[in-house]
Amino acid sequence: MNKRQIVLSVNGTDHEVWVFPSATLLDVLHDELGLADVRYGCGEGVCGTCTVLLDGDPVNGCLTLAVQAVGHPVTTMRGLMGPGEVMHPLQECFLRHGASQCGFCTPGMVLTSLDLVRRCVSQGRVRPTRDEIRYALVGNLCRCTGYTKILDAIEEYADQ
Amino acid sequence: MTIPDLQSLTGPYRIVGTSPAHHDFVDKVKGSLHYAADWQLPGMLHGRVVRSPVPSARITGIDVTAARALPGVAAVLTAADVPSNQIVELASGGLAELQVSMPVLAADRVRYMGEPVAVVAATTPQIAYEAAELVAVDYEELPGVFDPISARADGAPRVHEVGNTLVNWQIHCGDVAGALAAADMVIEGEYRSQHVEHAYLEPEAGVGWIENGVLTLRVSTQVIEHAATIAHILGLPQSKVRVIAAYMGGGFGGKEDMTVEAFLALLVWHTRRPVRMIWDRQESLVASTKRHPFIMRYRTGADRDGTITAQQIEIIGDAGAYPNLSPRVLFAAAACACGPYRVPNASITSTAVFTNNVPASAFRGFGAMQIVLGYESQMDQLAERLGLSRTALRERNFLAKGDLLPTGERLDTCVEVAETMHRAIALLGEPPQPSGPGKLVGRGIGCNRHPYGRTIWFRDRASAWLSLQGDGTLLIRSGVTDLGAGQAASLCQIAAEILGAPLDDISIYIGDSALNPPAGGTFATRQLYMSGNAVLHAAQELRDRMAPVAADLLGVPADDLEFVAGRVRAQRAEVSITLAELAAACDKRAISTAHLSTWRAQAGSFDPRTGQGDTFPDYTYGTHAADVEVDVETGQVTVLRYGACHDVGRAINPMRVQGQIQGGAMQGLGYALTEDMAIEDGYVQAVLFANYLIPNAQDFPDVLVDIVESGEGKGPLGARGIGEPPIGNVAATIASAIQDAIGVRPDRLPMTPERVLALLDQRRQT
Repeated sequence: MNKRQIVLSVNGTDHEVWVFPSATLLDVLHDELGLADVRYGCGEGVCGTCTVLLDGDPVNGCLTLAVQAVGHPVTTMRGLMGPGEVMHPLQECFLRHGASQCGFCTPGMVLTSLDLVRRCVSQGRVRPTRDEIRYALVGNLCRCTGYTKILDAIEEYADQ
Repeated sequence: MTIPDLQSLTGPYRIVGTSPAHHDFVDKVKGSLHYAADWQLPGMLHGRVVRSPVPSARITGIDVTAARALPGVAAVLTAADVPSNQIVELASGGLAELQVSMPVLAADRVRYMGEPVAVVAATTPQIAYEAAELVAVDYEELPGVFDPISARADGAPRVHEVGNTLVNWQIHCGDVAGALAAADMVIEGEYRSQHVEHAYLEPEAGVGWIENGVLTLRVSTQVIEHAATIAHILGLPQSKVRVIAAYMGGGFGGKEDMTVEAFLALLVWHTRRPVRMIWDRQESLVASTKRHPFIMRYRTGADRDGTITAQQIEIIGDAGAYPNLSPRVLFAAAACACGPYRVPNASITSTAVFTNNVPASAFRGFGAMQIVLGYESQMDQLAERLGLSRTALRERNFLAKGDLLPTGERLDTCVEVAETMHRAIALLGEPPQPSGPGKLVGRGIGCNRHPYGRTIWFRDRASAWLSLQGDGTLLIRSGVTDLGAGQAASLCQIAAEILGAPLDDISIYIGDSALNPPAGGTFATRQLYMSGNAVLHAAQELRDRMAPVAADLLGVPADDLEFVAGRVRAQRAEVSITLAELAAACDKRAISTAHLSTWRAQAGSFDPRTGQGDTFPDYTYGTHAADVEVDVETGQVTVLRYGACHDVGRAINPMRVQGQIQGGAMQGLGYALTEDMAIEDGYVQAVLFANYLIPNAQDFPDVLVDIVESGEGKGPLGARGIGEPPIGNVAATIASAIQDAIGVRPDRLPMTPERVLALLDQRRQT
């Protein structure tokens, strides 16, 4: 199998990359484009550490082929930040609540919960309940925090 | 940035007792932290381990020809290529254990499924994977032994020639037989726990390269001191191996033994090129170390009023195929087997047994965690039999400062376990009501005594170096490794407290065996105790050295000075100078503004023949409480509310203390109810992460936390360690709640619906 050249739009910038058709979006983002906030955790779509937004929807980078992302803008957590590394308000809530310990799950947690809050707002609802947040996060595992501070952070953001 | 609702209430301190979001939090929330797998170097190769697919076999041949011939392959190494192919881990310091070494790569015999046999490096991960598949190993399968009871039987297949009993610890005091015979009540029970996976979200990873002739590894590890072992394996001087610890994506003890290090070292040294190795999750599940399954047999004698008079305890742990840290794990179990209770007559044996299962080793709690189920089950059963309340029975027997442990040691700090018990129960509020027919509710508690600091006979040390820079900012250098619990950040808070440097003006360099003073590894809940004290004393020494200079400049007595908010100021006069001005003044007088401090833990010795002597420096005490609902049709246990309270001595950073307790309790809930790393005849069953059920956000309720600050720990400013203790109480607490709900005590983990249903059947039959 030969490599082919594709264009990936990541965090608002187009990147020309040569990839094998079998390459996962995770491997290309992490190893080719150097995006360290997209992480290998299990390769099975179970843990959620490789979560990115594809066309605004959260997907597992380990279960998505890079070629499938052609023509579909990709956002990683670092893409949420403004110029000069200004944090997104949801990231600020994570910081305030101590919602990271080892930090490995944090990008996936932030992207998945941001999507949940956005969907709620687009449905004309004020905010998701704590139980809805729990449900949305079942594909994002955390082994350090016990989830409480993550849920607190997301609730505070949703309240804003 | 501080968390307003979590300020420590009791402390006389400015920075200690607050919850700042320090550098590590900021990098993690921004996604800008570079973990071990995030490092890339020019010309970097990718390494992969070839592992045994069978648990017990003789290797009759290895053919690497096809693998070496694959284009892109740079190296295929086997045991013959390892200069010194043995890792000797005298885990107990050489006390009473068999001396068995573990090969880096198996030469002629494999003893567990997943044992490394060869290692390859190639230009891409895919080629490395293909090359590993092409390594042809001929195995002649041998009989194996897969549980510790069979392994101790006569004629059992030997895992190692010297025998299957790795270590047998004995602690005896008083006259147990006499006391049991004289007791008004004797109860007994056997409790069993399972293999458990650490399941840190960051798999084992690292990158190695050669720089200035020095083999350098940047890995996800709790212990940079493995540099010495790596040097031994390669036959290099220790000065030619450097280990840098990246901030870890979790470790929990699973990165305390070496993981990728020796393989990376071999490949880098052989190819002279940078090499990266990342274990697949599935590889990690099969081959990484596990928590020891325990068999715990307890007999407890008591007077009619509930006073415990004697305990006879037998603990057996499945060490798996190699020693790793099993001798120490089983020692911690023995030393803590009576829990936070006074037991005047005790007989404790604790045995680590070789099997052909994957090796068990360190895992948060380290033996002192499994046995909580044993001693707390006995307490609840005793309370039930004597018709006493569970809390009253415990209060009658709680240890107090000045009491003797079965090892003959005297407790020299306060024991606030009763306070934690009342507070943990208070967190739950009113007892729950069943949600409907066919549901039973119950409330349970679990108390524990957990050591912090290494076993005393290791004569533990930790060093730290502080330097006030010319502009008044502060550098800290420490070999501490950071698991994500804020090990580095806590040191910054302690230094800031003493020297008055604002946290933003402090930079800390950690985890580098060549550049930073050795701190010992991050395990045994020891870093706050050890490195915290090292930093505290370095900061105090620096302040005492610089204070006379400031006093001279300000024209006030040195004892009138306080170091705060980047300044040194006189408390009684309205004068002050900045730390920058102080640094300049010291420089002018040729007074060094840097200091290296080494903290030494208390010394002592233990006699393995008599089981008497010193064990651990001190303990952290705590209690958890839970309300559960049991569905009598399905056996499903729903945790309704969960509360946890520990005496942490002093909370250096209350938010991080809370995080440790919440995270530890959640990990314990997985252990209690869902997690089971089942191994059938040596074959690990959960070969996918999807098959191993760690708690997700929906499984359990929030863990409510209360913190007692007795101020009497042996850590800096009276702190006690809190990393490991909060995982210990959970299984006992849930078992206690299930017993309260259904009237039968679970004695086997995890407490799955199938097992709870069987208990319900047992109740119906009796």
